[in-house]
Amino acid sequence: MLTQEEVFERLNEVFRDVFDNDKITVNPSTTANDVEEWDSLEHIRLIGAVESEFNMKFSMKEVSSMKNVGEMAAIVAERAKPKQQKKKKFGFFGR
Amino acid sequence: MGILSYPFDSDELMTQRRKLRKYLLENGENLVEKRIAVLGGSTTHDITAMLELFLLDMGIKPVFYESEYDRYWQDAVFPNPELEEFKPDFIFIHTSSRNLTLLELSVSASEAEVADSIERQYEHFLQMWENIDKVYGCPIIQNNFEMPLTRKFGNSDCVNVHGMCNAVMKLNLKFSEYAASHSKFYIHDINYLSACYGLDEWLEPKYWYLYKYALCIPAIPEFAFSLSKIFRSLLGKNKKVLALDLDNTLWGGVIGDDGQEGIEIGHETTMGQGYYAFQSYLKDQKEIGVLLTVNSKNDYENAILGLNHPEGVLKPDDFVCIKANWNPKDINLVETADELSLLPESIVFVDDNPAEREIVKSQVEGVEVPEFDSVDECIMVLDRSGFFEVTNLSADDTKRSEMYKANAQRKSQMKRFADYGEYLESLEMTAEIKDFSEIYLSRITQLTNKSNQFNLTTKRFTLAEMQEVFESDKYIRLYGKLTDKFGDNGIVSVVIGEKKNDELHIDLWLMSCRVLKRDMELAMLDTLVEKAAENGIKTIYGYYYKTAKNAMVKDLFTTFGFEKIESKENGDGVWKLEVSGYKKQNKYIKVNEKELTVIC
Repeated sequence: MLTQEEVFERLNEVFRDVFDNDKITVNPSTTANDVEEWDSLEHIRLIGAVESEFNMKFSMKEVSSMKNVGEMAAIVAERAKPKQQKKKKFGFFGR
Repeated sequence: MGILSYPFDSDELMTQRRKLRKYLLENGENLVEKRIAVLGGSTTHDITAMLELFLLDMGIKPVFYESEYDRYWQDAVFPNPELEEFKPDFIFIHTSSRNLTLLELSVSASEAEVADSIERQYEHFLQMWENIDKVYGCPIIQNNFEMPLTRKFGNSDCVNVHGMCNAVMKLNLKFSEYAASHSKFYIHDINYLSACYGLDEWLEPKYWYLYKYALCIPAIPEFAFSLSKIFRSLLGKNKKVLALDLDNTLWGGVIGDDGQEGIEIGHETTMGQGYYAFQSYLKDQKEIGVLLTVNSKNDYENAILGLNHPEGVLKPDDFVCIKANWNPKDINLVETADELSLLPESIVFVDDNPAEREIVKSQVEGVEVPEFDSVDECIMVLDRSGFFEVTNLSADDTKRSEMYKANAQRKSQMKRFADYGEYLESLEMTAEIKDFSEIYLSRITQLTNKSNQFNLTTKRFTLAEMQEVFESDKYIRLYGKLTDKFGDNGIVSVVIGEKKNDELHIDLWLMSCRVLKRDMELAMLDTLVEKAAENGIKTIYGYYYKTAKNAMVKDLFTTFGFEKIESKENGDGVWKLEVSGYKKQNKYIKVNEKELTVIC
């Protein structure tokens, strides 16, 4: 299981990328109200980016009920898997 | 921009969208502004956001109008001052099977009732298209329908009139017929796209339940890219030319070395079939108007020989321009463009060799250079990239002026590498040039039997004979392995010299054509002279024996700085070089600096 530090470090990166704002630092109590660009539309993209960073999926219930970054981090820490190597889409012959 | 070229990393594009958008807006030149109304039967936010990236990358700056959620029909059918004010250049109707609300498919309905409901559903769309044409008069891009996630009847869902699959097929056919009979109306084929992507993922229900997206969010970049290809085509920004390498691109093997009978094309071998499929694909592209050209490092005669292979699909006549010579490919490419009076940026360059791709990509602004590792992947990447997407709209009148503008740009084009040496420098080449070792003997022997073009004496060896050379102290032997920033080329050069007192006679000098014009031969020469000096050699004698295939090295020793002492009528020659006073010639390859990993 990932440590809280690791989770928050990587979550921070994701937030900074998604909102294109290097000043963002998230902590367990951060909510959408604390990040200016974080509206319902960006929330969708954020969820997708977190899922791909940690190679995990949130359940529907979780997506609609998470209250703050702390709750998100707890789910991530429990369920994160090592990143998968991207598989090539095409190519049978190889080189 | 590479990150947006197919096949792209969808996750990365979604995460980096804001940065990319900023970059593209700041760096885009001559962006054409187009006003696009997106009328959605489901959420469209990320779709327009992603579409914007691809369009910007294609030189199109979109301005969007987005309908309120699920108001696509009302927006199009009823008076809409806001949309009229917007003056759309295009209207894209983003509907999906989720919007097929008028269908009556319950088994209690009669066949006639089902058919009526399909007709009503169709007319729901038809009314909208006709009103758009009347009020806005702009081209319409309309999604067709994806297949359903589940099927009431199982396999017979496509047979039974009460089946959703059956209804979707009928509606899609009606949409296609409408498109075929109306100019300014284009189908965005999400039926095909969702199948390619995988319907199970495409329709993962949570994206609908949570966000009212009619497709899964990870598929949005693929969706937007697919859509952007229609815009690119409609706005005259398609590519026009395919510049194709030959050896290991249009056929397997090297025509100059393997001969016509040795290359792989046709139905006889596994690989041959792949190249046959590629040639067939290209032939089809040619028939829809794509110009095919050759850009190959080969003797011209050999190129023609390969293209006349009896099993091949493409013949020399299929090409509007054949550049088969030993010039750098970026130069050939620019010449091809000039000869066709086109900009290099209308060309897609296809080559199996990453180093050639790199030089063309870096030297010629705007040329598309798809990345692939094998011929079957090459077909898919070309196909999905949609460089030549067909949309039947005749060329815009604005196009002529664009052509003139482009002509002016060509003149001011700057080459990124100041010269060829800078390119070689950029390859970061390292070589291992050493005496033979046991594990390499079979590869070395194989090279002596395969190499025909860069081979001065064309002396063939059996493994036993090579073993003898290896064990004897009469010889100076060198093999050369070349690595560049794209990877290890393996053993590419072999030299064997026989010692006679203070003379060295070069029995064998060969190199693989894969590494031509990399200065590898100079690195080999430097090391040979060094070894010769260590062995007390004063004079090195070089021999050239002419064959049908080795014309490219007939003056090699002269270019090395050897003195020609004998030239025979049949084209053979003898040269000599004094070891003392020789100055090293290789500038770009680091030789024997580190121990390379031994690969068997």
